[in-house]
Amino acid sequence: MSKDLGWKVGGAQGEGIESTGDIFALSLFRLGYYVSTYRHFMSLIKGGHTNGKVRVTTENKGHHGDDLHILLAFDQETINFNFHELVDGGFLIYDTSIKNVEVPENDKVNIVPVPLTDIAKEAGSTIMKNMVSIGATAAIIGLTPDDFRSVLTDRFGSKGDDVVESNIQAMQKGYDYYKANFSNHIELPARPALRPERLFISGNEATSIGAIAGGARFLSQYPITPATEVMYQMVKNFPKLGGAVVQAEDEIAAVMMAIGANYTGARALTATSGPGFSLMMEALGLSGISETPLVIIDVMRAGPSTGLPTKTEQSDLYTIMYGSHGEIPRIVLTPRNVEEVFYFTKEAFNLAEKYQCPVIVATDLFMGMNKWTVESLDFDKLQNNRGNFASQEYLDSLEKGEYKRFDVTAENGISVRTIPGMKNGRFVAMGNESDEVGVEMEEAELRVKQMDKRAKKLVGFDDIVGASYVGAENAELLLVDFGSTSGIQREVYEALVEEGVSVGHLSLARVLPFPTADVAPYINAAKKILVTELNSTGQLAQQLKQFVGGHEKFESFLKYSGDPLLVREVLAKAKDVAASLKKEVTL
Amino acid sequence: MATLADFRAEKPNWCPGCGDFTVLAALQKAAANIGLEPEDMVTVSGVGCSGKISQYMGSYGFHSLHGRSIPVATAVKLSNTDLTVVAAGGDGDGYGIGIGHFIHALRRNIDITYIVMDNHIYGLTTGQTSPTSDKGTKTKTAPDGSTDEPVHPLQMAIMAGCGYVAQGYSGNLKQLTELIEGGMKHKGFSLINIYSPCVTFNKVNTYDFYKQTLVNVDEDPSYDKTDRFAAIKKIEECDEHLTGLLYHSTEKLPYHEANSNFPSTPVVKADINLDQENWGKLIAQFK
Ligand SMILES: Cc1ncc(C[n+]2csc(CCOP(=O)(O)OP(=O)(O)O)c2C)c(N)n1
Ligand code: SF4
Repeated sequence: MSKDLGWKVGGAQGEGIESTGDIFALSLFRLGYYVSTYRHFMSLIKGGHTNGKVRVTTENKGHHGDDLHILLAFDQETINFNFHELVDGGFLIYDTSIKNVEVPENDKVNIVPVPLTDIAKEAGSTIMKNMVSIGATAAIIGLTPDDFRSVLTDRFGSKGDDVVESNIQAMQKGYDYYKANFSNHIELPARPALRPERLFISGNEATSIGAIAGGARFLSQYPITPATEVMYQMVKNFPKLGGAVVQAEDEIAAVMMAIGANYTGARALTATSGPGFSLMMEALGLSGISETPLVIIDVMRAGPSTGLPTKTEQSDLYTIMYGSHGEIPRIVLTPRNVEEVFYFTKEAFNLAEKYQCPVIVATDLFMGMNKWTVESLDFDKLQNNRGNFASQEYLDSLEKGEYKRFDVTAENGISVRTIPGMKNGRFVAMGNESDEVGVEMEEAELRVKQMDKRAKKLVGFDDIVGASYVGAENAELLLVDFGSTSGIQREVYEALVEEGVSVGHLSLARVLPFPTADVAPYINAAKKILVTELNSTGQLAQQLKQFVGGHEKFESFLKYSGDPLLVREVLAKAKDVAASLKKEVTL
Repeated sequence: MATLADFRAEKPNWCPGCGDFTVLAALQKAAANIGLEPEDMVTVSGVGCSGKISQYMGSYGFHSLHGRSIPVATAVKLSNTDLTVVAAGGDGDGYGIGIGHFIHALRRNIDITYIVMDNHIYGLTTGQTSPTSDKGTKTKTAPDGSTDEPVHPLQMAIMAGCGYVAQGYSGNLKQLTELIEGGMKHKGFSLINIYSPCVTFNKVNTYDFYKQTLVNVDEDPSYDKTDRFAAIKKIEECDEHLTGLLYHSTEKLPYHEANSNFPSTPVVKADINLDQENWGKLIAQFK
């Protein structure tokens, strides 16, 4: 019995690889397993290699795993690129209708040639070769075509029962073919008890429903991979909730619209990725100085410039922390799993209004475009709080012109906010420095007061816990990361614990305000610190050195190939660092 | 009901004689004439001397970024369709850095009034060539005379389907007020391009120059405001030196009415808390 199952389907882009993966993944999710997925694709619409990996486990894992047990190949490239990932005892299922197919010699792998296309043709249509292949998979892992029925019904039911039936038939034929010609199989772990409240959801989808739960009712966005799916969800759900979506002409317009909508009193956001985020820089400062709430989602991808549009990276860290000229207060959250993507995005709207400043939620392609299992999301946690909003009674009690939008004496620098439509609350939101009522001014003393007022807002910020730690007290080796790599790192940590290494795992959930107090004790206590991040310059490590110190203790594992981390590569590096610790001790 | 005084805020610090004073006065009068309350109007501006108008107008205001008044104004209107929204700025702001937003707001037919104080120069940055500067104009950045073709905002707006295209002049407060009033009443995007002399940096396009060259189509009973091609022909004939309501059509619905997915109650009034039922529907997609 295997602890988990790695399954992958690959072929040419446009061949239905994504839907094959979706059907398999969702079906196993519905059977009660935890499922993590990974989509490998290229910045092309047709042609080019694409594959989808699905990892099936009985515990919640934050990534799609290093190992592959079953590879389903629709073309030669899939075999060439992925065969080496198969574990001993793994299975290669390939289509014998591929001409001159070459399969590497490896007698530790079960080679399963199946005339997928021919069987599909017999069942009604060659496009159903994916169903035939899922059928063969089902036979290997001890499932039946019936286990996939509910997903097929949801997917094809609107086209008629016969469409569902012919797909099931195709699956059955693949199943029968395997049973007739082969006998090896992999036993799936026992099915966990069904937990109906669980969701199977991508990071981008979690961002969208988090925003909706957080009260967002206005989205302005310009399409960009990997953030576009955020807009799809809003287009689908906003109309029923009285919200509006505008597909802006560019990212500058998108962010300015989000600012305009927030100024007017709607909860508004924009979502983008690196290139678009760069275009939003000037507006970010505008939100800060005019004290207009703003939520920006940055789904990071590999840069610089348009870089690798379909590959993941964590290289926007400096940009999201420091981008835009001048100095403003800002909150930057880096959720580490899809639950946090939901809750942090939701909370971003409360924070933006509470502190009247921009809030950036940074996810990445890895998190955003893949689907994950989440435990139930808690409806009771969904209450929203609008912060320091003026009531009409308060405004009525003031003399005309007495209302001060940018009152420097306001507690914690957070002054009372009004919106258009409120009598006696008139003010002008300004990109230029202004006095307390919002009139442009350049006087030195007032300028300093306004800067200090804004800076005060985030002093002592503790609305979102900055980092979480697991491990021994005073662990010698400390693993550090932020954002989506946390789940992979957790497995690295667990493997090190098993080997008896004195290790701890620290993962940052926000980078601004920098959670110095949350991380310093662990940084100070460790003998060696291994920071793992998906960029080439060690941006997170630089921040830790700047805010906490301990320069001599830092080591980095950096990956910037565009591919996600593997447990085994980080583990190898971590073992090296652990070994160097031992050497130091014996010296 | 609000009076003209209610639409006055800060004292402007434009150069004495600047054309923008008249634009502000016309905007204030138009708002009062229509019977707006100051809190139900938002003036969004970009950056430039002209951009300061949002601070001087007694409505709610947003002095945003250079060239970016239109996306802000768009969102203000779409978030709260009960508001009257004016975007305002200079020719550099609107037709230089911001021209993309201008065209797209026209395409969308957002129900805002766009006022461009066109002085054919960059005022605030002390006198460089602007997108509307005539060919041959000598400025600090084009000492031998500009060779760029100027943009033609009136023709552009008409061709892009704008339903209300007008041109005013700071020497005629009465007409200007009427044109702005008409724009605010028009349902959909309205453009009012205003020749607003910069007395400090533009020694060519002066009050005198306009007094001599401008033709007022509002005084011509034979002029058909509803004929797009006649409007373009007239504009070309006059080499753009004309004032009045040049084209008017009420055929097109504004964005928030044309778009069937757009909520009928203002977005700002939507409930930001989900109820159990909507929450259930939302997450059912992921099971
Ligand atoms: C992004 C950016 N670039 C440049 C500037 C500098 N700038 C301020 S106003 C202006 C041009 C002003 O000209 P116009 O819009 O015609 O307004 P006017 O001052 O003539 O009324 C420029 C270039 C700026 N504020 N922001
Ligand atoms: S510089 Fe020109 S545009 Fe600016 S205030 Fe003076 S006259 Fe007006």
